[in-house]
Amino acid sequence: MSPKIFASIAVVITGIVLLYGISDFPTFGDPRSPANSGVEGGAPSTSLYYINESYGVTKVPNLVTSVLADYRGYDTMFETVVVLAAGMAIFAILRSTTKDDETVAGPARKSSIDGDHNRIIVGMTCRLAVPVVQIFALYVVAHGHYSPGGGFQGGVMLGASFILIALAGNLDDALGRFSEKSYMALASLGIIIYAGFGVVPQVLGKNFLDFGVLQKILLTDGPEMARSHSMLGVEIGVALTVMSIMFAIFANLSSRGTLKGGL
Amino acid sequence: MVDFLLNTVKPHFNFWVYVILMMIGLWSLIAKNNLIKKMMGLAIFQTAIILFYVSLGVKDGATIPVLESYGDYAEKAEKAEPAGPEVAPPDATPAPVVVNPADTYANPVPHVLMLTAIVVGVATLGVALALCEMIYKEFDTLEEDELLRKIKALHDDA
Repeated sequence: MSPKIFASIAVVITGIVLLYGISDFPTFGDPRSPANSGVEGGAPSTSLYYINESYGVTKVPNLVTSVLADYRGYDTMFETVVVLAAGMAIFAILRSTTKDDETVAGPARKSSIDGDHNRIIVGMTCRLAVPVVQIFALYVVAHGHYSPGGGFQGGVMLGASFILIALAGNLDDALGRFSEKSYMALASLGIIIYAGFGVVPQVLGKNFLDFGVLQKILLTDGPEMARSHSMLGVEIGVALTVMSIMFAIFANLSSRGTLKGGL
Repeated sequence: MVDFLLNTVKPHFNFWVYVILMMIGLWSLIAKNNLIKKMMGLAIFQTAIILFYVSLGVKDGATIPVLESYGDYAEKAEKAEPAGPEVAPPDATPAPVVVNPADTYANPVPHVLMLTAIVVGVATLGVALALCEMIYKEFDTLEEDELLRKIKALHDDA
């Protein structure tokens, strides 16, 4: 049996089983569904607690940020570690420093934003766009408490700004601004910042990532504001790691690990 | 047909879309021969899961899970509110339905779960692409059958 026929049969059977199960799901947009308000007669959904109570405990109006960085702090920390591990894996798989790889990646192009007249429009547009992108990314990181945003989104945008430089000019331009040494160091620094916000409460005699006790160090009015400020610090750590690893992935993939020439 | 669309598909259309996307992803994972196309299938599969989770948290008429009034602003609004509805005109419509404040915001939990899933998905896709690049460097192909043939030839030589 050819693999396509086998695949079609397997996929159709899976689809029919899933579609059969759909009739038991709640209707789209139902505020009384189990996920949104809990099972009838049972405990209410956790999301109701987050919506009703989390502002009083954390002073962060963006519920996603408060759940992400405080209630689910462990989850987010190890997601960030996964991102760092992915960057390390790509480094281990692709990165090669031997000289004879130049034939594989092709000769390094001599074009840059300044030098190549064929790219003057693209280069100039990129040069104008990058600061705007980066400032907006910083806004997304810093304003994640009050509007949609946060460390992951802002970090990806910061990484994208460096990728834009690499795409419009060449990889050497981007690496001149953000070298391999600095992106690897910043990626690790992000994890250290995050873990530091976890270890300091431990030193003060509380649990790992229990931000409330940090009011003694951050000198805030109460544990609520300490949680709010700690979340900002944690988001900055996440943003550093995500920015560095996004650029590291692009730099290694586009140059086959030689970090020369690029696309 | 119209009845089926209105009564069966429409109340659950988000789940129908997710199942269809998932089938597309699963099919390309099994049937496609090219490793890059397989990874595209994996990404479509992941998108289906993300859609499933996020659509579970949707509530009719609710806004994004960012509180609209909080802190000092909310306290002022609470103080100001009782003055209004109490002096209702005599021919007023029946008392407005009491809205649970939790119903005005979408469920934040699926958003949190999917936020991290998206970033980790991008990172793992990067690792997969790196592996594909090394495979291409080694074997000059990303077609699965050719790869198997070349690997078999290597073993036969050894």
